[in-house]
Amino acid sequence: MDGTLLANLAILVLAGFVGFAVISRVPNTLHTPLMSGTNAIHGIVLLGGIIVLGRAQDPSVLDQIILVVAIAFGMINVVGGFLVTDRMLGMFKSRPPSEPTP
Amino acid sequence: MSTLISLLYVLAFGLFIFGLSGLTGPRTAVRGNLIAAAGMAIAVVATLLTPGTQNWLLIGLGLVIGTLLGVPSARRVKMTAMPQMVALFNGVGGGAVALIAWSEFRTTDGFAAEPTYVIVGSLFAGIVGSVSFWGSLVAFGKLQEILPGRPIGLGRAQQFANAVLLIGAVGCAVVAGLGEASELWIIAALLLAAALGLSVVLPIGGADMPVVISLLNALTGLSAAAAGLALNNTAMIVAGMIVGASGSILTNLMAKAMNRSIPAIVAGGFGGGGVAPGASDGVDRTVRSTSAADAAIQLAYANQVIVVPGYGMAVAQAQHAVADMADLLEAKGVQVVFAIHPVAGRMPGHMNVLLAEADVSYDVQKEMDDVNGEFNRTDVTLVIGANDVTNPAARTDPSSPIHGMPILNVDESRSVIVLKRSMNSGFAGIDNPLFYGERTSMLFGDAKKSVISLTEELKAL
Repeated sequence: MDGTLLANLAILVLAGFVGFAVISRVPNTLHTPLMSGTNAIHGIVLLGGIIVLGRAQDPSVLDQIILVVAIAFGMINVVGGFLVTDRMLGMFKSRPPSEPTP
Repeated sequence: MSTLISLLYVLAFGLFIFGLSGLTGPRTAVRGNLIAAAGMAIAVVATLLTPGTQNWLLIGLGLVIGTLLGVPSARRVKMTAMPQMVALFNGVGGGAVALIAWSEFRTTDGFAAEPTYVIVGSLFAGIVGSVSFWGSLVAFGKLQEILPGRPIGLGRAQQFANAVLLIGAVGCAVVAGLGEASELWIIAALLLAAALGLSVVLPIGGADMPVVISLLNALTGLSAAAAGLALNNTAMIVAGMIVGASGSILTNLMAKAMNRSIPAIVAGGFGGGGVAPGASDGVDRTVRSTSAADAAIQLAYANQVIVVPGYGMAVAQAQHAVADMADLLEAKGVQVVFAIHPVAGRMPGHMNVLLAEADVSYDVQKEMDDVNGEFNRTDVTLVIGANDVTNPAARTDPSSPIHGMPILNVDESRSVIVLKRSMNSGFAGIDNPLFYGERTSMLFGDAKKSVISLTEELKAL
């Protein structure tokens, strides 16, 4: 087992705990935006598409199609997810502070 | 250069974590989301900086296509259609992972010279991604009502079929991973995983969708983390794992709110038969129906009104009408509070989003535990299109299929007005004794029309 893998596994475990810690404090009210926000973040798979396509030497037509679709899917996931979350969150408003009652 | 890329990745996932922690409060949430988006932009730019990157045109093409498809759909989607949109975005993420795994197999000549962890990570990612893609498409279809919302399945044989599909997919993946295998093996693994995704989600009914969407979200996150391990990409590992962990917690919360275990939900069949409709035990079964005028008078002379919205409000798109009515009541000096059950609607927090769209302040949207003590001090509780989450049988009747599910104690309030389309039982097909209660009156009709006529009657008072 080489060092990179060990380091990556350590990162994996720690990231799991971070996810656990951050999310435990979210109120029910924000569950939908939270889900769509994390949804946008797993659009990070886009990076995988870019890496595999970027290192491919003379990919066949099928490989080109598969990877372009994968990148497009990832991009939909990212931009769609963040935009939708932003739209939802923009609607959450507090009541304007009422005038102090005498 | 690779040091710079690594540093940018560290910056990117730092921003993800910071942004997500911003999502824990309504005031910081908008900024949190933007920060996470900035992290994503940095991660993408860093990846594009990878030395020796080729096929720029194709990469650009994919990015442009994705943007052109993603932006308009995110802009146009109605708030009531949000659950299916989230399901769809989640699905394409899973689909991307599955495609990447397939293409890794192809571009490395069947993992000929790859270390074991790359092969395992990649194949795991492919299978989970494929399950998530097809499962999310079914969830989308059900929520969009392209597919029937009721459970579709094989009944008892379902779990057996799922197990066979899972074993088959893993088996094919193992063969594909042993090296020098034909490409057909990985295709077979992905297809069996696809069948598994369909077979798991099709038997799950509409009311369990909050749990399913959340579970699929977590799965896509895990598959992204596995793909990150295979590609030795820290940004993917961190981001994917955070989503996997947070999604699992959210799924667990949802399942708890329904007093059901995740395996039981995935096994499906809630309301799919087996449960005899609640025996009535000869209790008084009369239903009092009321008119908008009478109900309006009841509301106008109350000190405190609790509104309990449910999926019916979303279906009727009644959130704006409900908000107008609440404003009018407030103007008349009635205190209005919204009581929101964690699994009301089709997505965690679904009701909160709809009410927020209608400009209802989040200060008056109360969570179940905070509001349950208030019902016995409340003059009128107005139930709008909610059913199972108000069913007192969950508390009192051990034979009820939802016994033990935490509910809103609507039946404790001094009077209850239920807005309902008809006397059909809720999704789960369970009788709701609340409707026959002495203090309950029913206002039949479409939720939106009923609320609008209530508002008009209130204005006339």
